[in-house]
Amino acid sequence: MGIYPYLVAAWLAGVGFYGVITSRNYVHLVVCLTVIQASTYVLLLSVGFVNGGQAPIFADVPSTSVVVDPVVQALSLTDVVVEATVMALLLALVVQAKKRFGNVDPDSVNRMRG
Amino acid sequence: MRPRYIIGLVGIGLLVAALAWAATGLPAFGHYNQAYGRVAARDAVPTRNGTNSVVITSFDYRGFDTLGEEFILFVSVTGVVVLLRRMRSAGREEDSAASSGEIEEEDMRASTGERWLGAAAVGPVAVLAAYVIIHGQLTPGGGFQGGTVLMGAAAFLALGGESALMLRIRGSSSPIEIAESIGAGGFAAIAFGGLIAGGVFFFNFLPYGKAGLLTAGVVPLDNIAVGLEVAGALLMVTSELFEQRLRGGAT
Repeated sequence: MGIYPYLVAAWLAGVGFYGVITSRNYVHLVVCLTVIQASTYVLLLSVGFVNGGQAPIFADVPSTSVVVDPVVQALSLTDVVVEATVMALLLALVVQAKKRFGNVDPDSVNRMRG
Repeated sequence: MRPRYIIGLVGIGLLVAALAWAATGLPAFGHYNQAYGRVAARDAVPTRNGTNSVVITSFDYRGFDTLGEEFILFVSVTGVVVLLRRMRSAGREEDSAASSGEIEEEDMRASTGERWLGAAAVGPVAVLAAYVIIHGQLTPGGGFQGGTVLMGAAAFLALGGESALMLRIRGSSSPIEIAESIGAGGFAAIAFGGLIAGGVFFFNFLPYGKAGLLTAGVVPLDNIAVGLEVAGALLMVTSELFEQRLRGGAT
C-alpha cells in the first residue's frame, strides 16, 4: 500500500479547494469545505493504522493484541464534531446572505458590497 | 477562464504536489510505530480500568483538547442561534402584518401512521442513547455519539407530529438551552475538580473502580456532560431551522 492512502488525502484536499475556488453557490462552497475536511480524516486514520491491528477497544479483544493508534481516532472524533458545528454556522450565514443579497452566488455578493 | 481561477489552480497544484512530497516522508501505511499511541492504547486498561482507549484518550489523557472542541461546539451553536433569531426579529419588523402570526396547529398535524411510528421509536432510541453514553468508557460510543442519538429521539418526536413541542422547547432559557449549558459547564467543572483535588487540570480524581459502569474515574461523568451538551446543541440548531421552515422565513 505504501503511500497511496496519503495521496488519497492530498487528492481530496485538492478537489475540495478546486470546488471552493470555482464555486458559484454558497451551499456548494460549504459542501466543498467538508470535502477538504474529509481529507484530514483519511490522513489521520491512515497515519495511525497498523497492519493487522484491531480497534483499540479491549471490551472483546485480549489486551495483548495489536491495535491501531487511539490518539488519531480521538482527534478524528474532534474533527468530525468541529466540522458538523462549523458547517451549521456557515449554513446559517448562507441563509443570512440569501436574505440580505437575494442570492447565494459568492461573486455577485461581492459586487454588491463594492 | 478568469485570472483568479488560473492563480487558484496553480496554487492547488503546488499544494497537492507538496502534500504528496510530504507523504513520501511518512511511515508507510500500516507500519505505524509511535510510542505515544501504543502507550495510550495499552495504558487505558491497567491504569484506568476502562476498555475503550479512544474515549479514555479523549476525556482523560487529552481532556484539554476535548474541552477546546466542546467550546467550539458551544460557540458555533450560539452563533447559529443568534444569527437565525436576529434574522427572524428583523423579518418580523418588515412584514409584521403578513406572516408573523402564530403557526396553525393544523398545519403541523401528522398522519396517524406517522404518529404511531414516531411515538413507538422515541422510547427505544432514548434508551439506546443513554446506553451509548454511559457505556462510553467500555464499548464503542461515548458522549458525542450518544448525544447525537439522543437528539434523534427528539427528531422522532417531531416526526410523530409533535412539531409544536419542538417549537415550545425553543427560545432563550428553554430547558434545552439550560441542558446544553449545564453540559458545557459541567465538563469544565470536572476539569477544575482535578485542579482542586490533584493540582493538575483534568486530573482524574475519582476512584478508577474495578469493572463495569463505574470505572475510569471521571470519564463517565465527562461522557454524561458532553452527551447533554451535544444533544442540547443539536436540538437547538434543529428547532431554530425548523422554526425558519415553518414560518417560511428562509425559503
